[in-house]
Amino acid sequence: MKNDDTSLLRRLRSWVEGEDEEHQELPPIVNMEELEPAPRPKEHRSLWHLQDKSRIPVEYWVMAVLVAVTLSASLLYTSLGMPPFDDPNVPTMNEVPQRYVEQCVEETGALNTVAGMILDYRAFDTFGESTVLFAATVSIVFLMRQEEKRPSSRKKKRRARPAPAPSGDVFSGPYTDSVFRGTARLLIPFIMLFGIYVVVNGHLSPGGGFSGGAILGGGLILCAMVVGQERMRRVLGLDRFTKITAFCLLAYAAMKGYSFYTGANHVGWEVPKGTPGNLLSAGFILPLNICVGVIVAGTIFSFYLLFSQEERD
Amino acid sequence: MLETILQQRYMLVAVILFTIGLCVLFLHPNLIKKIIGMDIMDAAIMLMLATGGYVEGRKAPIITDGVTEFTHYINPVPSGLVLTGIVVSVSMTAFFLALTQRLYARYRTINLDEILIQAKKEVK
Repeated sequence: MKNDDTSLLRRLRSWVEGEDEEHQELPPIVNMEELEPAPRPKEHRSLWHLQDKSRIPVEYWVMAVLVAVTLSASLLYTSLGMPPFDDPNVPTMNEVPQRYVEQCVEETGALNTVAGMILDYRAFDTFGESTVLFAATVSIVFLMRQEEKRPSSRKKKRRARPAPAPSGDVFSGPYTDSVFRGTARLLIPFIMLFGIYVVVNGHLSPGGGFSGGAILGGGLILCAMVVGQERMRRVLGLDRFTKITAFCLLAYAAMKGYSFYTGANHVGWEVPKGTPGNLLSAGFILPLNICVGVIVAGTIFSFYLLFSQEERD
Repeated sequence: MLETILQQRYMLVAVILFTIGLCVLFLHPNLIKKIIGMDIMDAAIMLMLATGGYVEGRKAPIITDGVTEFTHYINPVPSGLVLTGIVVSVSMTAFFLALTQRLYARYRTINLDEILIQAKKEVK
């Protein structure tokens, strides 16, 4: 390791890497306050600072500044010629949104036009979006797992890991702060309930799979902070989350494949739309919303698990 | 001129935000700050899209009381686009952060210039 790393970088490193450092001169950081404040070497803050080191050609910086200034100026100029704000006759108010608003209840059974749009008219795009989420999770798992595979890091970690930090590290073990724990315990059921409400009522009211899934994911993260990641992982580990997410994606694909197939071939086995306004209505939109919600919640929680320390075993 | 600027205030704010993000992305050597700059650009684009569909006095595009006239609701398409944008932005941010972490594990710095210098040395 280089010696001129700043203390900030050391902290960041011990945060992202866990205790298994290859160099032994750094103690495992449990409490940030215990670290002696190391003198901070000079960082380069600006490009002018870098220039006198003259290691990166100055032309690069000149070009970067030029490109940034040119792009910004042209964007500012163009924005003055855009269609006016708050005008009912802007070009985007054409027959497409009109069709969505006027025919949505009839054709999809959903009261929420946005839900009807993204989960019925444009369901294929939303499938691609969920796939982007899943692909991001999978690639992050891949990137992080590769790091773990380095030999020599595993055994050290087993030994070096201290008992759960007394005050709770930034991202690891359960928080012991009683105010936080009490408030979180009070709030978690309501957060979860609200998330489920937002997901399930996606076709009737504002919300839907994406926003409700984000609420559920946040609730799960709070839950993991209270009970500790070890216990949380026993119930909802990363592997299980990946399986659930993949299952939901497949269920989404199956449902939309069914409606595309039957719809395009005029088979006629349509899913009943029900009465618009009821919870059980709007055909496939409710199960699709649930699928998307589970995917989003799983993705957000897996991001948390992956980026926090204790994932590396 | 002033009227145009007032008329386009949201668009101008969006463009200024986008510009800030762009400059951070271009000019800052710190990778984490580059990612923050990209997020600012995302937010600017979402602001632009969301204001694009808004008309004063119209309601959110959720059919209430059986009113289905188009002139009663705002445009639902930008809302759907923003929804898409948020999801993609979150996953891309997470992906870039993971890549940054890998770069840090390899080069022990998140300064892009330092990384480039070290990488050049390795090639030689």
